[in-house]
Amino acid sequence: MSNLVEVPVNPEVVQDQFVVYKKPKTLTDKPLHYCPGCAHGVVHKLLMEVVDEMDIQDKIIGVAPVGCSVFAYDYMNIDMQEAAHGRACAVGTAIKRMMPDKFVFTYQGDGDLAAIGIAETIHAANRGENMLVVFINNAVYGMTSGQMAPTTLPDMVTTTTPFGRDVKTMGYPLRMSELLAQLPATYYITRQSVHNAVSVRKAKKALRQALEYQKEGKGFCMVEFVGNCPSNWRMTPLESQKFVEEKMTQYYVVGDVKVPGGK
Amino acid sequence: MTEEAIFAGFGGQGILSMGMILAYAGMIENKEVCWMPSYGPEMRGGTANATTIVSDTLISSPIISNYDTVVALNQPSVDKFEEKIKPNGTIIYDASNILRPPTRKDINIYGVAGSEIAIKLKNIRVLNMIILGSFIAARKTVKPESVYEALKKVLPERYHHLLPVNQKAFEEGMALI
Amino acid sequence: MGEIRLMKGNEALAEALIRVGCDGYFGYPITPQSEVIEYLSKEATNRTGMVVLQAESEVSSINMLYGAAGTGRRVVTTSSSPGISLMQEGISYIAGAELPCLVVNVMRGGPGLGTIQPSQSDYFQATKGGGHGDYHLIVLTPYNVQEMVDFVKLGFELSEKYRVPAMVLADGAMGQMMEKVELFDQIPRRTEFPEWATTGKPHDKERRIVTSLFIEPEVMEQVNLRLQAKYRQIEAEETRFQTMNLEDAEYVFTGFGLGSRIAMKAMELAREKGYKVGLIRPQTVYPFPYAIYRETAPKIKGILDIEMNSGQMVEDVRLAVGDKTRVEFYGRMGGMIADPESVLKHFEKVYLGVE
Repeated sequence: MSNLVEVPVNPEVVQDQFVVYKKPKTLTDKPLHYCPGCAHGVVHKLLMEVVDEMDIQDKIIGVAPVGCSVFAYDYMNIDMQEAAHGRACAVGTAIKRMMPDKFVFTYQGDGDLAAIGIAETIHAANRGENMLVVFINNAVYGMTSGQMAPTTLPDMVTTTTPFGRDVKTMGYPLRMSELLAQLPATYYITRQSVHNAVSVRKAKKALRQALEYQKEGKGFCMVEFVGNCPSNWRMTPLESQKFVEEKMTQYYVVGDVKVPGGK
Repeated sequence: MTEEAIFAGFGGQGILSMGMILAYAGMIENKEVCWMPSYGPEMRGGTANATTIVSDTLISSPIISNYDTVVALNQPSVDKFEEKIKPNGTIIYDASNILRPPTRKDINIYGVAGSEIAIKLKNIRVLNMIILGSFIAARKTVKPESVYEALKKVLPERYHHLLPVNQKAFEEGMALI
Repeated sequence: MGEIRLMKGNEALAEALIRVGCDGYFGYPITPQSEVIEYLSKEATNRTGMVVLQAESEVSSINMLYGAAGTGRRVVTTSSSPGISLMQEGISYIAGAELPCLVVNVMRGGPGLGTIQPSQSDYFQATKGGGHGDYHLIVLTPYNVQEMVDFVKLGFELSEKYRVPAMVLADGAMGQMMEKVELFDQIPRRTEFPEWATTGKPHDKERRIVTSLFIEPEVMEQVNLRLQAKYRQIEAEETRFQTMNLEDAEYVFTGFGLGSRIAMKAMELAREKGYKVGLIRPQTVYPFPYAIYRETAPKIKGILDIEMNSGQMVEDVRLAVGDKTRVEFYGRMGGMIADPESVLKHFEKVYLGVE
């Protein structure tokens, strides 16, 4: 601790009644490694807020993916497992089957969930595994610095689509929520974003809803987040939020895709 | 005593169960037993065989080069296994089915009219039990009572009403030797 | 005495999995071992509440095994050669995360899709790595149906003792043949789980993380050193083998699993002809029993190694004996099985000059 400067606190200011914001207690103190403006930080926080509010820190097991959020377990102060690339849904399935009374979620990016791991994702959904999949879709491979993802928009430029994604040879962006919603065993599928204050509040409700459904044993739930990637999109954080609002959510329409009782 | 036998014929003739019943009977008599089927596509209609070893001592290999006894229910089995019988060994074959019987002079050859008896019993599916009866009469590897015990174990309970006809078939087969 | 039954190797193994108090099975059908998942699907859940899940692929199976093992449960997957190849990445992760579990390989002939007939050609894969990284599995090689049962129990015990995944390396013949087997009594499934298991963070304790990711090379090296120390301990303490007729032996036949059965028969045939032949049969091929070969080598004229492959374990035998004795090899490949007469003929030819 020797290289940290002790900041004197004014006891008159640091009082509970003046606290307007604090991080959830289930987030660790480790500084996030995510780029400025990245959606991951917000979603981590929302998820752990819900864990705090439901008081399930001792009853939840998370599965981290390979991708930018590979170190999710450094930040979430809960028991976690690190899965091989794409296999989070298989790992999550087994954890839940071993401990049906515990909460289980996977936290996955688009490459992990929709490319290399699409088989595990579809089959876990099709078995109606009673777990939550948190899916961050930012249309690009972040950790490997900006290659095409299965969710990259048509004509979008990435390091492996330098002239834009040509759908004729590279296929169309996968809408995973709509795809999984067709399976009879999925219970609640919703697409959210965290690019402004209103969407953040709605997103948190969706996470809470999904975990409540899991508590009731309803089956497979997925909350997809239309995320951003300012670094690999070569944008400022603000520009990237604008891109989410103007481009991403045109293709990936935000809102519930499948709710109990049909929609 | 060690009996190294192979049962061979077409898939569907009950070849594998013959060996299995013998192995079971051996176990009932506290002997060491080993049953090793050929498996794979040939189980589905082609030729099938099961090596069955019953012994008073530890059994080494489930794969053997030469047999004490060959039981052959079709021509290809006679053709294939006759040469692999040990000198003074035995071959038992279904005489109703086989046009070119074994010719070796240094082995015991029993051609039994198994299929004819099966037709007489109005149940071609008991052919394997008839031939097993002949096998036991010729080789005395286990007691007939142990075979009857084994039948109860090998036949699923829903087929136990077929125990009498199988036992009858076995007795008819013994009488052929 | 436990219950005695006449059982097929695959079914005996499945029965042992139930009796050993397994919590979960994750697998994908493949010949010649599909009887395992069929038997478990019928028997297991009703009897012990064991979870039996048919996964969408071997890739998924092995990752399910990882997740389930991470909860501290007794868990298993079974497959055959091509399926085991698919699992290698996951096995490496399990080794890296130090999770105890059991993987069963009922080998068939390869490479590629190969054949469904028995083979022993995955020895290198099982004992020298298979997946990426410096790791080992504890590898047990059953030579009869009884050991298909016994090694399930032993495999779990060793795996849990060291937190090193264990493999039962059998072959199609072990899986398909029936023998008399003595079953151990039902062991209840556990209700308490190890400290390191991810079962939900206790209020008063640090959270548990199951991972094989250690991005700092200094840390990764420490993890490797810890693994290597365990492997050295396993090599020192857990090597298992069987010998026969070594007392007066002038030659030694050797092999593992089915190969050792054929070697044993060939030894009997050799003894009938007056040749003084003994047998060494490794039960663990990792750790490999180098010492018994090393000690035996100066006393004999040669070793004949019999395998259903092109010569894999024989490399370890040669490593063990160096130039202390001659080592010859007899193998069949691609699902063909060596027969004892041919082994004997080969022995007579190479060692005695008899054609």
